[in-house]
Amino acid sequence: MKKKGFKNRIFPYLMISPYLLHLTMFILFPVVFSLILTFHKWNIISSPEFVGIDNFVRLFQDRLFWKALLNTIIFLLVHIPLQIGVALFLAYLLNKKIFISGFFRAAFFLPVVISGVVVTMLWQQLYAYDSGLLNKILINIGTGKVGWLSNQNLAMTSIAIMATWKNVGLYVILFLIGLQTVPQMYYEAADVEGASSWQKFRHITLPAINPTIFMVTILSTLGGFSLFIEPYIMTGGGPLNSTLSAMLYIYKQAFEYYHMGYSATLGVFFAMLIMLVVVIQKYTIEKDD
Amino acid sequence: MIRKIILYSLLVVAAISFIYPFYWMIVASLTPESQIGDFTLLPSEITFSNYLMMFKKIPIWKSLINSLFVAGTSTFGVIVFGSMIGYALAKLKFKGRDLLFFVIIFTMTLPFQITLIPNYILMVKFQWVDTFKALIVPALNSAFAIIMFRQAFKSIPNDLIDAARVDGCGEGRIIFQVLWPNIIPTIITVAILTFMASWNDVLWPLIVIRDENLMTMPQLVTLFAVGGRSDAQLGVRLASAVLLALPIIIAYAIFQKHFIKSMVSSGLKG
Repeated sequence: MKKKGFKNRIFPYLMISPYLLHLTMFILFPVVFSLILTFHKWNIISSPEFVGIDNFVRLFQDRLFWKALLNTIIFLLVHIPLQIGVALFLAYLLNKKIFISGFFRAAFFLPVVISGVVVTMLWQQLYAYDSGLLNKILINIGTGKVGWLSNQNLAMTSIAIMATWKNVGLYVILFLIGLQTVPQMYYEAADVEGASSWQKFRHITLPAINPTIFMVTILSTLGGFSLFIEPYIMTGGGPLNSTLSAMLYIYKQAFEYYHMGYSATLGVFFAMLIMLVVVIQKYTIEKDD
Repeated sequence: MIRKIILYSLLVVAAISFIYPFYWMIVASLTPESQIGDFTLLPSEITFSNYLMMFKKIPIWKSLINSLFVAGTSTFGVIVFGSMIGYALAKLKFKGRDLLFFVIIFTMTLPFQITLIPNYILMVKFQWVDTFKALIVPALNSAFAIIMFRQAFKSIPNDLIDAARVDGCGEGRIIFQVLWPNIIPTIITVAILTFMASWNDVLWPLIVIRDENLMTMPQLVTLFAVGGRSDAQLGVRLASAVLLALPIIIAYAIFQKHFIKSMVSSGLKG
């Protein structure tokens, strides 16, 4: 009916050409370049020097790399369960017939939209040892002061708590959507059968919110591996590197020491690890379903 | 009845724990240095000296303009390019379309850690360091926006496009004049998410901008917080944080529903 002229065949490519150019320049080329960089030593000023697999050898012997990995794992172990628990609890409360539920939703959501820089500066103050609000409350209660950011065993957990406070509002709403997909009659039927609260949760609620749990887990994992501005502002990675995050370590290697080859190696390694972890999580959670 | 009371008390406590810290921060920034840190509802004494001190130390207004310009330009670019590519994927037939779609999905799952260092080197080689180009050009395309637009365009019947073609509309006019009015919710969602991502980004500006007059607002505030220039004065630092939060708080107060809807839809896609 319509003749497919030369113009019609070329036109789609014209439309996607800005994207193709952008994709090649800022994603495809960098990925390839990153892989090439892992075999080089380069301070960006002199010319790159081929070093074979030295960067990978160094990575496995680098105490700080393992420390950053361990810190990320600690962060995720605190952050993910806490996030799921708090979000689910608040969503459960909101799922009752609540007057002005819109207000509560908006309140929980406020930290989500506000810049991480603001949230971090604010919490740095809340966590402050002598003048911080949290320690002042603790003193009033009668317990002693807590070194939220100065105790190396606690600092990463403190950051994970703050991250939960910042993000949880989003997951409250996602869980709420999940909860609302469950027809009320299921619960009524379960009541008739005499099911316990736990059984109702396990067999009715959990299957409905399983995709949301998966989503929270994935997004939190990505967040954990990208954690940067929080330790950068609050602790600079200290005390004793206990809050050195993966991203902060890549940043330091690249922009404080100008080890381009080694920081690219760290970047590639963490990127592959992230993808691996996400695939494993997807697999286990789907199997559990 | 008792259950209701418990329910509402829990919700109120939770709401306070999310709102009060921000309120405390605003009050603290208006309080003389010596009184900051007290658990207060109202400051005993209001002073703007923290703000005046901050204005003297850092070009915060300049950084606000910079941030608005960078976030505005990137958002505009993402919407225009995202619509074009999304339209091509949804409504045009061409060889390699499925491959392209696959590649776009793949880039969404690619962690940015792998492209960060090479992108910095590109900026150095292009001599874009310390220019807005470094902040805007790499941000002009977003896989997420393309997917959103593709989905939105797919839901529009072909008849509408065919009718427009019969009327002699070019593809550009079809997208921007005929189709755009039909997908306004998608445009708003993409706009909010892109603007917020650009507005809140600190890592990339820290890497490519060193000239204080070109810094974005979160970057300038971050460096002010970690650097020595605030003279360890808490009130001055908090004042800069308040100014950084204020535009978003105001926007959120007005467009609250849009914010929540947009971010939830991004979560659902993720």
